[in-house]
Order: sequence, then C-alpha cells, then structure tokens
Amino acid sequence: MSRPVYVVDGARTPFLKARKGPGPFTPVDLAVQCGRPLLLRQPFAPDAFDQVILGCVNVIADEQNPARVAALRLGCGPEMTAFTVAINCGSGMQSIDTAFRYIREGSSDLILAGGAEALSHAPLVLRQSAVEWLSAFQGAKSPLDKAKAAAAFRPDMLQPVIGLERGLTDPITDLGMGQTAEVLAHYFNISREAADAYAVESHKRLARAQAEGWLAGEVEPAFARDGTVYDHDDGVRPDSSVEKLSTLKPAFERPFGKVTPGNSSQITDGASWVILASEEAVKKHGLTPRAVILDSEWAALDPSIMGLGPVLSSSALLKRAGLSLGEVDLWELNEAFAAQVLACLAAWEDEAFGREILGLSGAAGTIDRERLNVDGGAVSLGHPVGASGNRIVLHLITALERLDLKRGIATECIGGGQGGAMLIERV
Amino acid sequence: MQDRVLTLLEPRDFDLGPKPAGDGPYKHWKLTRDVDNVAWAVVDKAGASANTLDDAVLVELDQILDRLEADRPAGLVIRSAKASGFIAGADVSQFRGATDVSEVEQRMARAHAITDRLEAVTFPTVAVIHGYALGGGLEVALACHSRIAVEGAKFGFPEVQLGLHPGLGGTARFTRLIDPLQAMQFMLTGKSIPARKAKALGLIDVIVPERHVRAAVRAAVKGELKHDQPSILDRLKDSGPARRIAARRMREEAAKQAPGEHYPAPGALIDLWERHGGDFEAMKAAEIGSFARLMVSQTAQNLIRVFFLREKLKGLAGGKSAIKRVHVIGAGAMGGDIAAWCAWSGLTVTLTDVKAEPIGGAIKRAAALYGKIGRDDRLKVRDALDRLIPDLKGQGARLADLVIEAAPEKVDLKKSLYAKLETVMKPGAILATNTSSIPLETLREGLQRPERLVGLHFFNPVSRMQLVEVVRHDGLDAEVETAARAFTGAIDRLPAPAKSAPGFIVNRALTPYLAEALVMLDEGVSKETIDKAAEDFGMPMGPIELADQVGLDICLAVADMLKRELGWAIPDTPQWLRDKVEQKKLGKKTGEGLYVWKEGEPVKAHDAPKPDPDMADRLILPLVNTAAALLGEGVSEDPDVVDAAMIFGAGFAPFRGGPLHYARRRGVSEVKARLEELAGKYGERFKPAAGWSKLEG
Repeated sequence: MSRPVYVVDGARTPFLKARKGPGPFTPVDLAVQCGRPLLLRQPFAPDAFDQVILGCVNVIADEQNPARVAALRLGCGPEMTAFTVAINCGSGMQSIDTAFRYIREGSSDLILAGGAEALSHAPLVLRQSAVEWLSAFQGAKSPLDKAKAAAAFRPDMLQPVIGLERGLTDPITDLGMGQTAEVLAHYFNISREAADAYAVESHKRLARAQAEGWLAGEVEPAFARDGTVYDHDDGVRPDSSVEKLSTLKPAFERPFGKVTPGNSSQITDGASWVILASEEAVKKHGLTPRAVILDSEWAALDPSIMGLGPVLSSSALLKRAGLSLGEVDLWELNEAFAAQVLACLAAWEDEAFGREILGLSGAAGTIDRERLNVDGGAVSLGHPVGASGNRIVLHLITALERLDLKRGIATECIGGGQGGAMLIERV
Repeated sequence: MQDRVLTLLEPRDFDLGPKPAGDGPYKHWKLTRDVDNVAWAVVDKAGASANTLDDAVLVELDQILDRLEADRPAGLVIRSAKASGFIAGADVSQFRGATDVSEVEQRMARAHAITDRLEAVTFPTVAVIHGYALGGGLEVALACHSRIAVEGAKFGFPEVQLGLHPGLGGTARFTRLIDPLQAMQFMLTGKSIPARKAKALGLIDVIVPERHVRAAVRAAVKGELKHDQPSILDRLKDSGPARRIAARRMREEAAKQAPGEHYPAPGALIDLWERHGGDFEAMKAAEIGSFARLMVSQTAQNLIRVFFLREKLKGLAGGKSAIKRVHVIGAGAMGGDIAAWCAWSGLTVTLTDVKAEPIGGAIKRAAALYGKIGRDDRLKVRDALDRLIPDLKGQGARLADLVIEAAPEKVDLKKSLYAKLETVMKPGAILATNTSSIPLETLREGLQRPERLVGLHFFNPVSRMQLVEVVRHDGLDAEVETAARAFTGAIDRLPAPAKSAPGFIVNRALTPYLAEALVMLDEGVSKETIDKAAEDFGMPMGPIELADQVGLDICLAVADMLKRELGWAIPDTPQWLRDKVEQKKLGKKTGEGLYVWKEGEPVKAHDAPKPDPDMADRLILPLVNTAAALLGEGVSEDPDVVDAAMIFGAGFAPFRGGPLHYARRRGVSEVKARLEELAGKYGERFKPAAGWSKLEG
C-alpha cells in the first residue's frame, strides 16, 4: 500500500540566538510555544492526531521523551502516543520522514511531526576526575575516610566540560564540526572570501524575508514568562558585510583556518512543527494540502567529511525520481557552514565526483544560487540541531508558495557523517 | 483531558476501610471493622457535599464511642467519605442569631464532653485527613491520638474570620501540641496550613499518598508512628512570664491588622492564652465562656451573616459549568488578568489583542501571580501557563464556549468586534462584556443573537476581588444568564446578578461615597482625616486612597457617566481632578494621584486632625442611601445581594454585615432622618432615596 502523504500546515518559533546563560525556553517549551498557535488554527481538535513525533538531540533531564511531554502539554490528551527521534542534525526531518512512512503504509492518518532544540540549555558536564572524586567521597563511611576522600579534591576538578562542545565533536574522529568544514574547504578549494560572501548573502536574504513579511504564518511569536515577546529570528545581522566578516578569527583551526563564527551557523534555540495527513484525514477534517511528500533518502559517509551528506542523499532521490539537478525548482540545503554548502555545490560540479561517486556520466550540474536557500539559512537564522531539518521542509513549502513554484528538495548534512533529503511538490 | 483508564481506576484509590454491610444505625456515620480489628468510623453527613459538625454528628460520634467501649477494637480510625475533605468546621448556622451566652455555653459544654471522651479512650485513635480539616473538624482530629494526612491536606482555624476563636477545645489542644506561639499565630490569622507545614509544626504525624493510608493506619495503631514530642523550649513559651511578653506583642500585631473595637476575637484569644496557657484543663474550660461571649457579639453575628452571604452567592452560581474554553479580547489590566485567572482555574484560555506586547505583559503578570499563589506547585504553574494561549489572530473565538470582551470602552469598537465575533462563534457560545460604563442595551443593538450577550463585570485585581457582577438586559436568554453565573462559580468567583443600569451595583454605590470625599477635600479637610473617618467606620481603606487605587481616570469616567445617564445629584467633579487626570497623575498606577505612592503604599501625613463626628455619616450614608436606591430601581431585587456585592466587590466593612444590614440595625427611620438632616446641612444629594420603602415594614 502506498498512499499520498500531505503536509497541511506548519509553524515554528523564531530561532533565538543563545546569549548569556540558558534561554527562556526548554526544548518542550519551544515546541509548546509554536505548537499552540498551530493547533489553534486547525479545524480539528489536538487529540485527533494518531501520534506525535519530535526530533530532539539534546534532551534535558526534566523532559525525557520530549515528544510525549510536548503532546501532553499541547492538550493532545493522555491517550496520544508520542516518541522522540534523533539522528543528530537531521532529527527534525527524521520525524517528518517517520510520519511520512506511517501514513504512506496506511497505519496512521494524521501526525504532528516536529523538531525542538534549546542549545542554550546544554548542560555543563562534570569532569571524569570530579565524578570519580565525588563517588569516592560519597562512598566513604567513617569520618576519617571522609576526610581522606575530601583531601583528594583538586580545584581544577571544578572546571566543567561544556556539554555542547562535546556534542559538536565527532566521537569517531574527534574532529569538531567546524573542522569537518575546514576539511571540505580544503578538498574543494573554498576560499575564506567565498565563504564570507556566502554568509553575508544569507543574512541579507533573511533580513529581506523578514522585512517583506514572507515568514508570516511560518514564524509564530513566543511569549516568555518575563513578558518578552520573541517575534523574529534574532541572529540576523542585516548590516553584515564581507569587510566586517573578514576581521573575524578562525573559530576552530587557528591561525590558518577559514571557518569563523561569521561564516558558521549560530548556536540557537528553536522548534518547528509540520502536520502530515493522508487523503482520508484531508477529507475527514476538510484540510487543505499545501504539499505532497514524494520521497525521502538518508545517506552516510566518513564522519570527517559529513558536510557532503546532502550531495549523496539528494542525488539518490533525484536518481530514483529520474530528475536532474536543474529540474528542482527550489533547494533548502541546511547551512551548517558556508564552506560546507559551497563544497556541496562544488561536488555537484565536480566531474570525478559525479562519475565515481554519484554514478553519473559526468558532473551532476550546477544549482542556481537564486534557487538555493532563497530566504537565508542557518548561518543567519541559526541551527537548533533537532529543529533545523523540520524548518527547512516547512520553509521550502512557504517559499515554493510565495514564488509559485512546484518542486523542491530540503536536505541537510548530519554530524557523524550522514545526510538526509526530502523531495516535495506543492499540491 | 481525563484518561479513561484512570477514570475507571481512580475511585479505587479512596480507602474508607471495609465496605459496610448495610445502612447501619447512624445517619451521618458508617462504622466497620477491618481484619486487624480496627474500627473505621467514617463520617458522611447526610444531604451535604461537605461534612460540617453539628449536634447530630457529634451525638452519633458519642454513640459510636459507647458501642466501641462495649466491644473494644484494636484501634479507631476517623475519616471522611466526602471527596471535598475531612470536616470543614462547625455548622455555623446553628449559631445564627444567638443572643444568649449561657445557651451557647451549654451547647459547647456538651460538645466538649464528647471530644474529651474521644481523647480519653484507651485504644489508639487515628484521624485520617484528606482535603480540608478546618475549625471544629481540626478540633476533632486534635482529640485523636495520631493524625495521618493524605497528600494535599490542608488545616486551619478560620474562626477569627467569623469574629470567633476555636471553641471545641482547639485553643487548649493546639497550644499544647505544638509551639504555642505558632499555634496562636495560626489561630489569630486564620491562615490555612498546608500538609508539609503541618508536619513541620508537629500538628500531624505523617503525610502519605492515599495508597499508603492503610499501612499508615496499621503503624499508628501499633504505636509505630513517631510523634514529635513537644520540646522543652515550647513548654517554656507556655510559662507565665513568657506568655505575658508574647501576648503584648500579639496585641500590638493584632491591632495593626484590625481594630479591637470592631474585631474583638483576637483580643479575646490572646487574653485566654495569657491567662490560662500551659494549664490545659483551665484553658479548655475558659475557652467555652470566651467563645460564647464572642458568638453573641454583633461582629460575630455580622461576620456569620457575611459567611452566609457568600454561600448565597455561591448558590446563585448554581451547578456545574459547561464552559471549558474561554476567549478573552483585550490583554489590558482587566482582560489579561481575567484570562490569567480563568487559566489558573483550569479552563483553556485564548487571549487576543491587536498587539503582541500587551499579551506579553499579561503573561508576565500571570507568571508572577501564579508564582505567588502556586508557590509549591511548579507543575500547576506550568500547566496554567500552557493553558493561557496568546492568540494574536483571534483563532480562539471559533472554539470558545464563552467570549469575554474586555476591549477599551468605545461603543463603535465593541460593536465592530461583536459583528466579527458573531460570524465565527459557535452557535451555543456566550458573548460577555466586561464593560463598566456602556449600557448593554446599546451594545446589543445590531446583534444577530442579542439574547446571548451578557455582562460579566470583574473587579480589579481579579485574583483578589471575589465578586463578578452578572449583568442582564431585558432580552437576555435565561439559560445564558444561568450559564454565566455557573461560570463565575467554576472560576471560584461570586456572582452578583444585576440589571443593566449605569454603574450596576458596586460602582453606582461607591461613586457618591468617593464624590463626597472630594467635596470634603474641597472644603479643606485633609485627605488623611477623610480616610481615617472611613477607616474608623471599618472600611479597609479610605475613599481618597481607594480613588487612587482604582485610578482617578476611571473614577472620573464612571462619575461622568453616572451623572450623564442618571442626571444624578452627585456633586460636580472638581476641575482640579480633571486637571490631574489630564496630567496623568492617575493614582497608584502612575505613582501619584491624590497621594504620592511609594512602593505600592500612599505616603500619608501623621499629624492630620482627627475626623469630626459628622464625617463618617457624610461619607457612608450616601453609599447606604444609593444601595437602597438600587433596590428601588430594581437593579437588584435582593438586599442581601446588594450587601454581598458591596462587601466582596468593594470591601465594605464586613463586620457591619453590608450597607443595608447596617441601615437596618441602625434603624431605617433613624437613617432616613439622619439623611434629611444632612440634606439640610450639605445639600439635596443626601435626600433619602425612594428605595427605602422596600426595607421598611
């Protein structure tokens, strides 16, 4: 059985740049903030879903299985099954993909699929030496043993490990994510200037989309307990310029690296949901399909060059659909790093890569920049890892509608050496 | 949303001991024995949703003790079968209209004999308490040997709010059981004591979830529950010299809270303890006389009246409310706080406004309020905030059972809102307006379903003012009115039904009081003196302070509206007041009005002259006179509702029993004569209203 699967609606929070200390919202708070207005505008009640699926990478201790916590807090009712998925930076798309498969095979009709991440809430982790000391101290029985154990304490044990830093480091190769972008910049000869220019364009595009109101309906304001209203992606720098970016020092590989804070995605909090429906659900609730999901694909390669994941996963999608690069109207390719996006474009233009890796007769082709990340991306918006994959699918639909185009691919690279891609068409 | 599996299983939670075989010999109790030979005496007052203590309930307890002494059990459990809690206190209706001290004394002596007997039985006794154990209920629990609290239980001696102190041995048992200073504190303030605090105080022995009640009872009967022994320090506090020092401090504190001549109970309680503290039997015996003397006082009788006024309004709220979703339009001070209160009360609320910032402000106020009132319960705070949904696009109107409009007081604006709302609202939904100054007759014009428009007039601050005026116009559907009243009950507010008329009840009656204060100001009387005159009468704050608190802009708008609509003989608003409003010196909210405000308090001069004897009447009688006028005009048909509205909506001196009750006690003809006299002296505005005839004869 293979049924059509529609995206009928979606909404996300503004993406909020992590500043000093934890932000105002936990992952589930963020999912609730954008979920409430999304559900409010539906013709069906929140308990009409068959299930709720949420992508989240850095789950906080108070919110185990955040999908279920969010479903309950959104009023989906005690009988709503919900589970959390994680494939690192692709988690928000994995939730859509999972929902897509449930509906396509006929076991569900209506699913709420999202992604949520609060990177500003990433924990400080105790050093291994501190953990060992603490357990020795707690294990000590007599006062003398306690005193002995206490004496073994060294102040440097208190120096915490920042959990986020470890999370953004590949465990197999011990390369930071930014270093994998350095690797790609080297292999594909991406210059610092090209990466900076790409980053500036990302900011300009987002600033324009915000000013023109192109994100209305997609972005729902979030209301913090202190009364602050967050109503836009606040990492945007409309006044960004190549000159300014050129002054920044490399973030990961000093002194000669090319990847800087200015041409990398930002550390950000955010959440995004889309609603997927079968033909039956569309009829039953009187829904208006906005897009149909045609296919999806995951691919993997060496973790040190994880940034090429989109090339592999998207190319496989295209091959199955019998499409060429140029036949895709719009692309959302998640901007983990400017150099990484440019490396993907270069790989598609690379003869050997096309022949040896993608199994084509030559280079795959060129993606027109006017069809790629038309309203900015993670460099300007930020990259709340579990939410980004969801956002690019949602925004791809918004952008196709605005430009009155039909076909699009949303794709992302995934830390650990993977890539995900989804092919959709407007209905 | 309640899970159906839990709905099935939840009733199994409640452990009332073995199931009784039949009805048994008692009307209000069930008596069984479990496998351990422990007797379970379960109180379930017939025909009531909550247990209260009256003679019948106590006499049956006495009979139960007879039976148990004849056939000794291993122990005795006393608990309640009511979901609402243990025992909510004495049935105060027994004492309504009591005038004879010795009669009250005899009744209390009989009741004492029963609780004394309960305390003296030689098998272990255990009170199992869920929900509220208040006043007399707590006194029964105190006469048991151990007390087991089910999670969420609350305790307290609220007698002081009725102008009384505990009378069933509570003053002696409570000060004996725990730190006597703490015990006195709780009896003097009437504050409720959550379970955890009660455990820390030593009032209860253990807190358990319902599922561990049986095990805890077994432990209690075997003597395995640890009692906190009263400390030597506590006993020292109960010694004579320590009591004298502490009592002096308590008297000072009590005088700050409420003047002794109006509220004699705290003084009586302090006297009782100072004289007899530390001597259990003497204190218990003296408690009876002290209690009886308080019971027959005007204050207690009037406060009992207020208790029944509250019950009456609760009764007007009627049964269960079907309203689950509320849509509030306007996130200003009123709309935002109404929305927050509804969400706290368990309803799903959408809050809309034309801009996001006021909604943000409302969320901030809600978070602060919830933090205060839900301190211990971060989950409840989270859930209430989740239910309070910002709704910039007004999507919630489509889903709401009740839409409350709290938009600015502009007729055209409200009408255009209503026109849009009517196209999206569910057919059965109710449209309510929080207007205080626009007649419902004006607002209903042009509506497709005018019969579904009702007034729900809240008071500021919503979380503290219990009153909501439920305002009807002559085309209102009776079912809508009933549902609106039930809604006020569901959010724990008190409905005062009122006919649509300028100012409804509360604002109408308050305005001449405030206006007269301004006239006196113009005459050169100092504001502190004016306020003092009203406070001496028993108002919680004087009219000048109240005007600042409400906001001079609002006072002015209401006064102008009343003058315009009623052609009413209230004094002209002085020009300087208009100037103040013009200059945005609006009162507390802007930091300056008639007073300068610092940290939420008005800065008052301490050398103001004492009020002269005329002043209180000049201020209060116009209010009382207007209350009578409201009856005459049929804004309300019921003098009790008018009294209740003024007490719960405006803080009218509760121990006076309400403005109309006050007039009755003073004598209607005497009040009218006094008004005539004031009219001669100060002007026609004091002329007795037509409505007095309804109170005569």
